Amino acid sequence: MGLDQVPHNFVTARLEDVVRWGRRNSVFPATFGLACCALEMMATGAAHYDMARFGMEVFRASPRQADLMIVAGRVSQKMAPVLRQVYDQMVEPKWVISMGVCASSGGMFNNYAIVQGVDQIVPVDVYVPGCPPGPETLMHGILTLHEQIRTGELLRRREASPTGGAGIEVGREPVGLTTS
Amino acid sequence: MSTNPPIPLRPTTKPLSDALSKEEERLERQTDEGAQELRPTTREVVLAGGGMWPQDDLGDTMIINMGPQHPSTHGVLRLMMELDGEDVLRIKPVIGYLHTGMEKTGEELTYVQGTTNVTRMDYASNFANELVYSMAVEKLVGVEVPERATWIRMMMCELSRMASHLLFQATNGMDIGAVSMMLYGWREREEVLRIFEYVTGLRMNCNYIRPGGVAVDLPDGWQQRILDVCDLVVKGVSEYDELLSQNPIWRERTVGLGIITTEECLALSITGPILRSTGFAWDLRKAQPNLAYDQVEFDTIYTSNGDVYDRYRIRLYEILESVRIVRQCVEKMPAGDYRVQDKKITPPPRARIDESMEALIHHFKLFTEGFKVPAGETYVSVESPRGEIGCYMVSDGSSKPVRMHIRGPSFYNLQAIDPMGTDSLVADAVAIVSSIDPIMGEVDR
Amino acid sequence: MADDTAREEDHEAEAAGDVAEPAPIPDDVAAAVVARFPGSVFVDSHGQAVVYVEREVIADVALMLRDEEQFTMLVDTVVVDHLVDGARPLVAGIAPERFEVVVNFLSHARNRRIRIICQVPESQPTAPSLTPTYPGANFAERESYDLFGIAFEGHPDMTRILMPDDWHGYPLRKDDAPARVPVTFKGDPSPR
Ligand code: SF4
Repeated sequence: MGLDQVPHNFVTARLEDVVRWGRRNSVFPATFGLACCALEMMATGAAHYDMARFGMEVFRASPRQADLMIVAGRVSQKMAPVLRQVYDQMVEPKWVISMGVCASSGGMFNNYAIVQGVDQIVPVDVYVPGCPPGPETLMHGILTLHEQIRTGELLRRREASPTGGAGIEVGREPVGLTTS
Repeated sequence: MSTNPPIPLRPTTKPLSDALSKEEERLERQTDEGAQELRPTTREVVLAGGGMWPQDDLGDTMIINMGPQHPSTHGVLRLMMELDGEDVLRIKPVIGYLHTGMEKTGEELTYVQGTTNVTRMDYASNFANELVYSMAVEKLVGVEVPERATWIRMMMCELSRMASHLLFQATNGMDIGAVSMMLYGWREREEVLRIFEYVTGLRMNCNYIRPGGVAVDLPDGWQQRILDVCDLVVKGVSEYDELLSQNPIWRERTVGLGIITTEECLALSITGPILRSTGFAWDLRKAQPNLAYDQVEFDTIYTSNGDVYDRYRIRLYEILESVRIVRQCVEKMPAGDYRVQDKKITPPPRARIDESMEALIHHFKLFTEGFKVPAGETYVSVESPRGEIGCYMVSDGSSKPVRMHIRGPSFYNLQAIDPMGTDSLVADAVAIVSSIDPIMGEVDR
Repeated sequence: MADDTAREEDHEAEAAGDVAEPAPIPDDVAAAVVARFPGSVFVDSHGQAVVYVEREVIADVALMLRDEEQFTMLVDTVVVDHLVDGARPLVAGIAPERFEVVVNFLSHARNRRIRIICQVPESQPTAPSLTPTYPGANFAERESYDLFGIAFEGHPDMTRILMPDDWHGYPLRKDDAPARVPVTFKGDPSPR
């Protein structure tokens, strides 16, 4: 059937753009609230700031239904393997926002218990600074991520490696033990 | 404030002897609408049909793991539940997934910096943490806080109690299935957070109460803003009351569930609204008043059933009591200094730094080295929204504490899960955990 | 609470090192504990009643506080590590050890508090558990075990609570895990 058979109301576009557009506008975050930042994440989802504007109000409880992990809060050595597992359970394509200084670099808790930056465990796409980042800051981070999705590679895959960012294997001895 | 009629308690367990009592029980379990009913467990069906069912001690039970990444466990709490079909036999909380080493960090920070650390423990009501830390330091140093600072502290603590209980209303509603409560609770909480931002500069983790007083004075025109928020909150609370308190579905989900007695509470060191829900009217604000709680009028809210519904009601009405206290604070706020004028503890005012070299040096030294605290040890406690929060501090005469320990009320309150959850259904376990209102940052520290 | 003037007298007496001649103890509960358990010392710490007791009797002290003195609640159990103290306030009559177990009690009926402290040597880091008397000490004693390695004898479940089960060491001890850990930033030369 030729195009003249189609009545009206259609748009043509490149498939890539359509896919990116669709992905960008329906990012489902996983509920991964850890600490104080989780409250600000919830505030962002609540009525005042309303993440629904970005098609993101559906916080999925199951990682298998989510494609964005907002690591909201400090990641302890005990939580790190769990976090990695949740990340592994998410399906591609997936993104990670590291929310707050604790998740990004350990923040003020420079001690034995906290992983000094979640990028040691999972690859991070956007870092959101602040302690806690206000809802506006988080939304800015989300918009940054949207821009990355819109302009990024369509078929990007992460290297299949057992380690996350900085070469620390999950399941090995925690970092706190190896330093002098 | 409406007084609720006494609530008939639903028996938690009942022996199943014959078909009659079974039918009775079935009718009893029906909701008011009769729309839903709980099915008998598989075991009951098999036994009623004359079939065989293994004894419990033959390994008939199942251990199920919930968390640490679970939407309704308030953060990173993990529960191990031993189930017999749908009935919970035992619950064991597994904690530590948010262990932050704050007590170690607290030993690394000077007394000036310490509040930055402790404010991140109970992040839903951070002022209580800062208050208890500052009071411990003040006790060791032996300074008296000016009256205005005391009243500002009290007002901010009550505002944070409002924020914390509003958060509880939101999350508790969501956990039990009244998802719209999530939006309503946050609606009012957001207004309170804006007050925090207005007064302290931060929405959460304000680091506002410091040893010696508070960080800054109240901004101009604060009275009207705070009174406006009080009105909003009162309006919101009456809406929640209307929406939930007499709602048949809500009552069916909460009344008679997760019962705990006063004796159990005392034995397990449980404080706060959980203790008060058992009919034991213990509130440190009344019993051992600190700040200026003995100069304001408020009531201790307590109920006598000790179930999830009562804990919800207590927290709801405590918001109104806090509003009462805040209004009195606005009315009676004394004039004066907002921090002690003690050169040893208080940094010079910002304007002086530009003019005077001494002030600059003094400021620098205070924030890099801190001030020295005489050797000694002390324990100070106040009533946080979750119960008794305490700070045990040991000083050796230097500018950093030897030991800084915070007694987190949620840490002890979590021990209530087992007596509350035993003999409940799996679906009710979520309601029970939510009614304890644990904040994991304070549990794990 | 207690009578203020009496407390000051007691304080002066102690400051003079006059412990052999027991001054009247202003806090009647503390007085009862000191009378019952020889070797106990009363100290007034910023207006709070503190009794230093022998490690072996701390469970009996707790039992006595609960059954005879109406102390309804164990508020908190804390361990303090005194390894590197600059100036440790010493209590006359008590041989200081590295660790201290500090237990706070609260009586709702009498609206008062008391603090019981016992010394725990480094060579034998154990203490009697108070869980038989006050089940609420459960988590706190597990935490003390986890972070300081003080094993509480008679505790029903003496396992780690905050740190992972396979963690080595007791992080809150002064000579254990570093309080500061180097931070690795993304883009570091370290392998990724
Ligand atoms: S960054 Fe700040 S607010 Fe966020 S988890 Fe860390 S301490 Fe809490």
